Amino acid sequence: MSSATAITWFARHEIRLAWREWLAMMTGARKKRTRAVIGLLLLAAILHLPAYAVIGRFADLQAPLDKSALIVVTATIFLAWALMLSQAIESVTRVFYARADLDLIMSSPVRLNNIFSVRIAAIALSVTAMALLLSSPFVDVLMIAGGIRWLSAFGVVIAIGLSAAAVAIAITVLLFRLIGPSRTRLAAQIIAAIIGAGFVIALQVAAILSYGTLSRFAVLTSDAAAAYAPDFDSPLWWPARAAIGDGEMLSLLLAGSLVLLGGVMAIFSPKFAGTVVSASATATTTRRGSRTTSFRRGSRQSALRWKELLLLRRDPWLVSQSLMQLLYLVPPALMLWRSFSDSSAATVLITPVIVMAAGQLAGGLAWLTISGEDAADLVATAPMPPGSVIRAKVEVVMIAITAIFAPLIAALAIASPIQAMVTAIFVIIATVSAAAIQLWFRVQAKRSQFRRRQTSSRIATFAEAFCSIGWAATAILAVTIPIAAVISGAMTALMLAATWKISPQRE
Amino acid sequence: MKVALEVTLEVALEVALEVGSYRHDLGPSIHRTESSWVHGCGPNANPEPPEIMPPNVSALQVRGLTKRFDRPAVDALDLTVWSGEFYALLGPNGAGKTTTLRMVAGLLRPDAGTVSILGIDALADPVAAKQIMAWVSDEPMIYDKLTPLEYLEFVAGLWGIDAKIAESSAQDLLVSLGLEPHLHERCEGFSKGMRQKVALAGALVHDPRLIILDEPLTGLDALSARHVKGLLQARVQAGCTVIMTTHILEVAERMADRIGVIAKGRLVAEGTLTELRLQNGRNDTSLEDMFIALVDTEAAAA
Repeated sequence: MSSATAITWFARHEIRLAWREWLAMMTGARKKRTRAVIGLLLLAAILHLPAYAVIGRFADLQAPLDKSALIVVTATIFLAWALMLSQAIESVTRVFYARADLDLIMSSPVRLNNIFSVRIAAIALSVTAMALLLSSPFVDVLMIAGGIRWLSAFGVVIAIGLSAAAVAIAITVLLFRLIGPSRTRLAAQIIAAIIGAGFVIALQVAAILSYGTLSRFAVLTSDAAAAYAPDFDSPLWWPARAAIGDGEMLSLLLAGSLVLLGGVMAIFSPKFAGTVVSASATATTTRRGSRTTSFRRGSRQSALRWKELLLLRRDPWLVSQSLMQLLYLVPPALMLWRSFSDSSAATVLITPVIVMAAGQLAGGLAWLTISGEDAADLVATAPMPPGSVIRAKVEVVMIAITAIFAPLIAALAIASPIQAMVTAIFVIIATVSAAAIQLWFRVQAKRSQFRRRQTSSRIATFAEAFCSIGWAATAILAVTIPIAAVISGAMTALMLAATWKISPQRE
Repeated sequence: MKVALEVTLEVALEVALEVGSYRHDLGPSIHRTESSWVHGCGPNANPEPPEIMPPNVSALQVRGLTKRFDRPAVDALDLTVWSGEFYALLGPNGAGKTTTLRMVAGLLRPDAGTVSILGIDALADPVAAKQIMAWVSDEPMIYDKLTPLEYLEFVAGLWGIDAKIAESSAQDLLVSLGLEPHLHERCEGFSKGMRQKVALAGALVHDPRLIILDEPLTGLDALSARHVKGLLQARVQAGCTVIMTTHILEVAERMADRIGVIAKGRLVAEGTLTELRLQNGRNDTSLEDMFIALVDTEAAAA
């Protein structure tokens, strides 16, 4: 097989794999794909409504933009880039550690540089494709309301997608060189989580410190930001200018990102093989656990709880996923700290943030304890009623949530005991709701499949998200407008009941 | 008088040992000592006076067991395994062996039929049945982030075993399986053979009276396989019942007291090796030849 043929063959193989993986992710690997695809199209259509609410007001933006508008558009594009970078780092890490496929590739008589160039390009393409898909409701809204010139925003998405993939590969390979393969997996995941959430949180922190509000726009539209911003002809504004229809800027951006990706492929493809070998080698290295001095005494349930808590503690992937949730708690914690010196009414905003973070974190933890059971047969053959097993697992979720949120609620109690009590109640409700949804939609899986948990049931994913939002809204209303809280609470409870009604575990 | 008593006891012991060594030829009618509820068979068995099992006590009795998926996987199966027996369940891929054993272990609900484990109705009282039973699947299901000792600690906790007894038993088991150097290493770096040994140790740590193993020797090297076989035989010697599926016919031939051949969800042949040979009409036939002949006959009949 000639080198060119090998590359085309491998590119086809990569595209086919990426397509199937994407399809499985979108349809939850269901047999009735047509229905799943129709559902997704409907969802995409519905997503245009919130997209309009968020971005519709920017549709009339015309060049030349004033500095505030430039800052807001650039920050939005940068946020999208950060999220893509986070996604790309995860993809690259997955490629490094997915051994089954790599063993075959590396034992084949094909030049590895070519193969890994194709793989890098495939990562870039998949990240870009996903970004295009997610951004399409927003760009569609801009095109419908502001004209065809917004079509160039898709070009910007492609450019930032390619550049994010290039930077992700560079970061991950450099991490391998700096800290070694065994630590890179965890470090890369944590970096991905921080990058994904970091920008938004940094803006919030700046807004709280400067203006005492959680609004990110307070910083972006401030006079201070405009005063520090560079001149109109600065390359910093190229993405914003390209997005609103400047063809020259768009060409420059696309060319720049392609050059960046090409450079990364040329520099890092030869290193990729070595990196992969190191990553494979680490899979066989040994890590020592605690030296158990003596076996613990306790009930069967306590044995289950101990096991679950130990596994949660030793799961680096979960650490990175949890970190993402906990990062969102930094701004409210900061706001709380400020509120001790300044009795700002904005403190009330802490409650929904805490409730939502608890709901989301509980969903992840509940999946890990209830569905993500690596020794399902062992637990199923243990002499325990299934109800006791589930109860012990839900207790673990409650313990973890309590350990994380109790200090924050205790601090809130000093500022406002009533608000702290309401927050605590709704944290419990959100946690129980998330655990219940995971229970109703549980599908036995390996813990390593955590990333795919959201694809196993779209209904569960949306129900979990909407319930978290619903309970968060109810919590803030309970503090501010109690009558409205009753309505909001009833609506969320109804949503939960509807989720139970359509859940497979009910049958 | 004292001397006479000692001599009598010695003779009685000799006779008992002699009878035990001929157990294989006598079939299921003679049974070894069975003892306490949980800690009856292992190295840490409770020091209680041995209880002699009455003859013909079934460790497992399955009647009319049925399970359908797209097609019948297990078809009104009747199976009896005697207490203290090493029973090998053979059959081609997709014959229904694993489905049968998963139903017995309580991992799968049968569509019809009954399962009785040492007299306990496993469908009516699964918790009591599970207390005296262990299940080992062909794919070792252990926790990557736990060490072997932690894994055994967890299993012992699930079965409610006294921590002191479990700890000593766990240490012994892991050492006997050659895992001593890895007691405090997380299982994530273990080979399949090592993982299988950890899973097996987990199954034995609570001293079950019935051990069900689905292809336990898959992925084990020769030395590890010998360790495992030795351990299982020791358990049978101590009075436990072992039911095992395997595709390695030599193992069944050498280790099993009785062999059952299952095809298309039904038991098509059963007996000791000698009985199977007699059924086949040739005394010198290997188990492999008999197995292939039986499976071919079933396929032809279908």
